[in-house]
Amino acid sequence: MRTDGRTDGTGRSEQGLAAQVSVVRGALTVRARLDVKPGEILAVLGPNGAGKTTLLRAFSGLLAIDAGTISVGTSVWDDPGRGIFVPPTERRVGVVFQDYRLFPHLSVVDNVAFAARSRGAPRRQAREHAAGVLERLGIASLAGYRPRRLSGGQAQRVALARALASDPALLLLDEPLAALDVRTRLEIRGELRRYLAAFHGPSVLVTHDPLEAMIIADRILVLEEGEVVQQGTPAEVARRPATDYVAHLVGLNLYRGTLADRTTRRIDLDDGSSLYAAGADPQDPAGGRLLPMVGTRMSVAVPPTAISLYTREPDAGSARNVWTGVVTQLELLADRVRVGVEGHPDALVDITPAALTALGLDVGRRVWLSAKATEVVAYPAA
Amino acid sequence: MTSEAGTTPDGIPRRRVASPRTPWPIAVPAGLAVAFLLVPLAGMLIRAPWGQLSRILAETQAVEALRLSLICATCATVISLILGVPLAWVLARSRARGTRYLRALVTLPLVLPPVVGGVALLLAYGRVGIVGSHLDRWFGLTLPFTTVAVVIAETFVAMPFLIVSVEGALRSGDRGLEEAAATLGSRAFATFRRVTLPQVLPSIAAGSVLCWARALGEFGATITFAGNLPGVTQTMPGAVYRAFETDPPAAVALSLVLLTVSVTVLVLLRDRWLRPGADV
Amino acid sequence: MARCRLPLVALAAAWLALPLAACGSSPTSDAGGSPSASRSSSAPGSLRGEILVFAAASLTDAFTTLGKQFQEEHPGTTVTFNFAASSALATQITQGAPADVFASASTTTMDQVVAAKAADRATTFVRNQLQIAVPPANPARIARLADLAEPGVKVVLCQPEVPCGATAVKVFANAGLTVAPVSLEADVKSTLAKVTLGEADAALVYVTDVLAAQGAVTGIEIPAEVNASTSYPIAALSASRNPELAAAFVDHVLSTRGAAVLTAAGFAAP
Repeated sequence: MRTDGRTDGTGRSEQGLAAQVSVVRGALTVRARLDVKPGEILAVLGPNGAGKTTLLRAFSGLLAIDAGTISVGTSVWDDPGRGIFVPPTERRVGVVFQDYRLFPHLSVVDNVAFAARSRGAPRRQAREHAAGVLERLGIASLAGYRPRRLSGGQAQRVALARALASDPALLLLDEPLAALDVRTRLEIRGELRRYLAAFHGPSVLVTHDPLEAMIIADRILVLEEGEVVQQGTPAEVARRPATDYVAHLVGLNLYRGTLADRTTRRIDLDDGSSLYAAGADPQDPAGGRLLPMVGTRMSVAVPPTAISLYTREPDAGSARNVWTGVVTQLELLADRVRVGVEGHPDALVDITPAALTALGLDVGRRVWLSAKATEVVAYPAA
Repeated sequence: MTSEAGTTPDGIPRRRVASPRTPWPIAVPAGLAVAFLLVPLAGMLIRAPWGQLSRILAETQAVEALRLSLICATCATVISLILGVPLAWVLARSRARGTRYLRALVTLPLVLPPVVGGVALLLAYGRVGIVGSHLDRWFGLTLPFTTVAVVIAETFVAMPFLIVSVEGALRSGDRGLEEAAATLGSRAFATFRRVTLPQVLPSIAAGSVLCWARALGEFGATITFAGNLPGVTQTMPGAVYRAFETDPPAAVALSLVLLTVSVTVLVLLRDRWLRPGADV
Repeated sequence: MARCRLPLVALAAAWLALPLAACGSSPTSDAGGSPSASRSSSAPGSLRGEILVFAAASLTDAFTTLGKQFQEEHPGTTVTFNFAASSALATQITQGAPADVFASASTTTMDQVVAAKAADRATTFVRNQLQIAVPPANPARIARLADLAEPGVKVVLCQPEVPCGATAVKVFANAGLTVAPVSLEADVKSTLAKVTLGEADAALVYVTDVLAAQGAVTGIEIPAEVNASTSYPIAALSASRNPELAAAFVDHVLSTRGAAVLTAAGFAAP
């Protein structure tokens, strides 16, 4: 009654996740349709109780769906209509749980060797393979530790190593950074993006942190009360929020670029423009004093409230970032107006309704934008 | 910070955190409880016939009874482990509707007077019992009056202690680890062996000690089901009881031996297994 | 079976009752201060209160009947029994159990009680002899005493510390037999129970126990030349809080009505 979800190592990189699911969990019905290409990272973003974890549990086989199908490549994992259900043990999923769920009685290397042992590999061979994965993730020195002795960040890395070591066809991460302190989160965030990018199969990451979703994921799916309210690239989702919730959630301009000057903190953005970023990353314990080398890939975040709008070119003031653009969109939010501006770079700007009236803004109007360098935050990109 | 142990950075004298005094409504009953539990033990030590100890131990077949007690209690514990841990797993994990009643039934020996347990065992495994009669007819086996019967009686009475202790641990244990194991390809039994069991090991150890101690002190079910014959079915409690009828000082001496052995074993196990937070 | 726990219960009861006895007022003075008036022939109603009688397990049925008889003759009195192995009862009495009357199945155990000054003097009121008890089906086909020495026969005896056990030892010595019992039970009733339940092939118990079992076991006579008997002494205890009632109960046991009950139960005259 079930098909074998396994495939040989060859060609698995060609397999994407295709899912159309409906799962009833108490009062909540989670309905989602999604495709994740091989090598792609999808972030499922949403508030607590939106059904994100339910979705993940359905993919991993810890929960059977009520209707729809889940398949990876040509293997069907769950299809209640045809009576197919592949149990988690047969699915070849790698799961990084929110609380990591490392086996406390096993050493790090044995945790990572667990999947191989479960599939019948001899202990030595399983350990050698695990040691290789630890090496690749730069945590070979932790091999002999018990999970109790690991720091949050180390435990997170081990959990990822364990999931990757099972040679999964699909990688699932449930709030992988939520349990970390601010400092460690910053450190792991970039690393995680790098390892996920190196993974050939599809990855699904669940998070309630928009920044995390934007930095790590290639594509974002926003889930609200069990329903998919928006799906797109981080930029798309940020630029055109489908609901107030999304707008609020992604209330942030995010750019990628390269550090061009350490003294002035100039960052050359990928669209050819430049921003000066002197703001302290709130999550950076060094307070932005330690800038990396010139040429380092950086992410630049500007909150929409930190940008001022002018209808004519402003005087050279304290704001070093001044550029121009055209209003493409006006949206009334609860207590403010979100103005979409197309320029170099594009930006979302939040202004008060009073300011909107005073400026007499309308779609198509040419405006000048200015942001104080101290409110522009840059940090090494993943 | 360390150089200014007596004051806060503001220079305000730091108040030492004294351990709060135990309120008398708690202290008095607690003290009475201690007295209640320890006075009988003290009585035994005070009245012990220290001078005649070696004579009594030589005369009363104490060594034989003690040997039998230790062997039978250990066998009962091993059987309880082999059968009881899987049952605890079923009780903790099964979602079948009758599980609640099953749990109540299998832990019944906890509240049953041991003599009643002994009668029940006779009716089941006795020579004319519902199971025992077949054993007799088919294999020529009769259990009562054998050492095996002692082990059965002790297991019957003591196994629920292990079951309850392990089931509690399994219930409160982290199911997440089992889910994690499943996603790593581990089938149900492998997960039980490689993940669940190590998690509840401390509880299994504690439950085994309880079970062993209960088996060691078993008397009512044993004397009813297995009888009372020195060297075959007479365990320490039986020997104590028998001695008490005719020679109370001997009963005290035997009790002391049993007490010493139990305390020694418990202390040794405690150091090895039952330390809070022991690295098992 | 359940009987083997009774002594412990009685001990606990004794322990709890001691402080009560110390602060309770003596109930003996309301008979006019004349001890000679408290005979069983005394007018109904002059006796009242409660007594606790410790009696050998083999006396269970006969004494229960006697107790009812006594209470009917003396309304307002309550007689409570504690039946167990005589040796266990003797130990409890010398340890201070609050008993008023002791009826033992052997003179040795009664001697312990008298020696401990718990009683002044004892009177032997009946004798009892042993019989072989077998299950009605008699699976081991026991016909005579010598069959008990056959290998494979499951024989249960009282442990030698109690009177029925001591008497059994005498019987086998008289007959020149060596019997390997499978169990030595704490008292005669649990010995009998092993046969009643069909677990044992045979047991040596009192004639009276076979009779009291009412067909649940079959009795096989032991030849008179090898059989042994045990004497049953009874005594009112010095520590009794109701010596008149205690003496009255002893008198009742010794009376002709009492003797009739005991004879009917299978006991022999002293």
